Amino acid sequence: MSVSVTPPVSCTSCGGQIQDAICGGCKSLQPPGVIDHFARLGLSRTFAIDLAALERAYFQAQRRFHPDRFAGRGAKEKTFSLQHATLINEAYETLRDPLARARYLLDLEGRPLPGGDGRTIADPALLMEAMEWREALEEAAEPAELRALAARVQADTAALEARLGDAFAAHDLGRATNEALRLSYLTKLGAELRRKLLPGQAVP
Amino acid sequence: MTLLDIYEPGETPLPHAGDSDRAAVGIDLGTTNSLVAISTDGRPEILRDALGDGIVPSVVAYLDGEDEPVVGRVATRILEAEPDRVVASVKRLMGRGTGDVASLGGQLAQKIHKPGAGGMVKLDVCGRIVSPVEVSAEILRTLKQRAEWVLGKTVDQAVITVPAYFDDAARTATRDAARLAGLEVLRLVNEPTAAALAYGLDRAAEGLYAVYDLGGGTFDISLLKLEKGVFQVLATGGDAALGGDDFDRLLAQALIDERGDAIAASDVKPVLAVARRAKEALTDTEATTVDLDFGGKATRHEMTRARFDALIAPLVARTIEACRAVLTDAAVEAPALAGVVLVGGSTRVPLVRAEVAGLFGREPLADIDPDEVVALGAALQAEALTRGSDTLLLDVVPLSLGLETMGGLVEKVIPRNTPIPVSRAQDFTTYQDGQTAMAIHVVQGEREMVEQNRSLARFVLAGIPAMVAGAARIRVTFTVDADGLLTVTAKEALTGTEAHVEVKPSYGLSDEEMAAMLQASFENARADVTVRLLAEARVDGRRLMLALDSALAVDGDLLSEDERIALENAKLGLEEAMATDDREAVVAATEALEAVGRPFAERRMDRNIRSALSGVEVSRLETRLQAG
Repeated sequence: MSVSVTPPVSCTSCGGQIQDAICGGCKSLQPPGVIDHFARLGLSRTFAIDLAALERAYFQAQRRFHPDRFAGRGAKEKTFSLQHATLINEAYETLRDPLARARYLLDLEGRPLPGGDGRTIADPALLMEAMEWREALEEAAEPAELRALAARVQADTAALEARLGDAFAAHDLGRATNEALRLSYLTKLGAELRRKLLPGQAVP
Repeated sequence: MTLLDIYEPGETPLPHAGDSDRAAVGIDLGTTNSLVAISTDGRPEILRDALGDGIVPSVVAYLDGEDEPVVGRVATRILEAEPDRVVASVKRLMGRGTGDVASLGGQLAQKIHKPGAGGMVKLDVCGRIVSPVEVSAEILRTLKQRAEWVLGKTVDQAVITVPAYFDDAARTATRDAARLAGLEVLRLVNEPTAAALAYGLDRAAEGLYAVYDLGGGTFDISLLKLEKGVFQVLATGGDAALGGDDFDRLLAQALIDERGDAIAASDVKPVLAVARRAKEALTDTEATTVDLDFGGKATRHEMTRARFDALIAPLVARTIEACRAVLTDAAVEAPALAGVVLVGGSTRVPLVRAEVAGLFGREPLADIDPDEVVALGAALQAEALTRGSDTLLLDVVPLSLGLETMGGLVEKVIPRNTPIPVSRAQDFTTYQDGQTAMAIHVVQGEREMVEQNRSLARFVLAGIPAMVAGAARIRVTFTVDADGLLTVTAKEALTGTEAHVEVKPSYGLSDEEMAAMLQASFENARADVTVRLLAEARVDGRRLMLALDSALAVDGDLLSEDERIALENAKLGLEEAMATDDREAVVAATEALEAVGRPFAERRMDRNIRSALSGVEVSRLETRLQAG
């Protein structure tokens, strides 16, 4: 895995030219560069990622940069390692959640998702769907009905993720935005459904 | 010495790691018991005293006229004679404010110093005012001394474990205690994670594991994924005020109710100690007898396991609920687990084992001593941090961190179970025209309303330029480091006005308090060990005299006049020795008094046995002996 630090800079410890996050000359850790979450984990920038591969990349990155690896170093390197580990966690947290990943990709394209929390729906077709879902949720009372609904949400979510993958692969950002909005709504619905299934328990 | 040693990144040994006269240890600072361990080449072991005892009870006694408190087994022995001078289970008070103590109610046997004064809880131990941080520092100092004695090296670095569910204030307090005891904290590691480390390396385990950790005063449940040396915490939950102490309390309460009389505050601790022994007996037997002797009345009680189970069932059910919540949090079904690990002495209770086995549908693992497993894991991590290792711990924030917003609502900035280290920012704005300052209130917890959560800190960002409402942009950043400790900064974007706080003022020690305490501990640095040994010798002497006085009051008629005079003289000799600072003299005088008193003790025993046997039928005697 290579974490590139933006253009050739000099090492903060020995002043030599560096190509990597760890100086080839004096082996000291450099501050993390400004790179996107995919690059930070050494992954290519796409929506359709393999979660197992993501996890492997995450573990590998933390193995290299986690503060536990720099407990015996000076204050400067300790701080850098804390910064690296924090950014690696942020990258992992963002990329492992499909909705956060879609939102992040749209941010990178300069087309942030409108009405981020899924409360405002402008698209009429999506609005109709949302209302149907809402009705189904309100009518479902028996645990069996709720579970059937949860299974439907799950199946639809999987299908949506596949369509999102296609849209991003085709660089069709309009379609991607639409599907991401749909996913954001479905995610919210799934949370409400879990709350209804498990009364008295906090749902993240 | 080689000048050209080149180390792989992150594998450079500490400057001192090569020194053979220094060592880094792992410490389990428990509610009831504490342990210290060291790991060499991936093999951790508990450091024991000369008698092979690895446990230091987390009990501290402050004796009259002694500067140095007494810690551990000796302090436990003082508990029955002078309960007011003994502090136990202080971990329950770590990071607590005076406001929190009300919720602990009558559970504390210790007097709280000036409740309602705000700030950190302090204890009033017979006029001496001590903070939980200072009491914990005494325990840590004892562990440090034990490690130095066993290893023959300076021990000034440690990994210390804390319950995963400890909030930020309690973590900060633990760190402060270590500093006060002269220990640099290499890392605060969560207890279940440490336990998993000990298990994982022991069995080369892979897959999902649940760690159920029920100690003396805290309960944790963590779900971890173990994979090729990575220990990734997926979710954690628990109750920072639920443990085996509560089982003792319920059992004691049931016995006191059975007697039907009131109990004086000074009798509470001894009765709790009796209840605890009964609880332990019920682990292996179905029934036990309990003798209570206080308030001038001695009573005998039967306690069966079934009755004990019924008493504690609601508490055990609470732990099972927490386990379910954590499984839900991580979206994991019980059958998907590769194993369930039991940690903490309270998991010896048969009902606990049965309920855990029932929930997870499998027999839990307990082949590493549940009292020792956490310290062993901590030692492994201490070695990993100082000498390098292939393992990696990835932990999470146990409780959501947020800010108070309008109307007393909480805006979560970092949700629980987010991997650490983590940094998250949130933007806020002014709500009044010309507003130049903003109060920032940091809270921790899962509830919607501020007052239902733990308040961690309040600070003010001043110097915001006067603008119309909503124009200023204030970015508040929460940063949690690898120890799980929080720092909050607030910055106004236009002017760069900045304020930041390391979250400690409400419940941790202020820097001035810390400085004063460190100063005091330097001044008292005079041969710590000698002082402690002297204090322990005095304790033993005092105990013997107290026991003798009460025996003379009851069975004085067993002695001839000559014998009584000899005994009085030996006692005088001990009193004189105790007035000096000569430990040898105290020990010798104690032994002399014991020798003179031995025939008296034997006669008393004969008399007690005869009176116990009189009027008891042989058949009943047998059952009594079995039950005992």
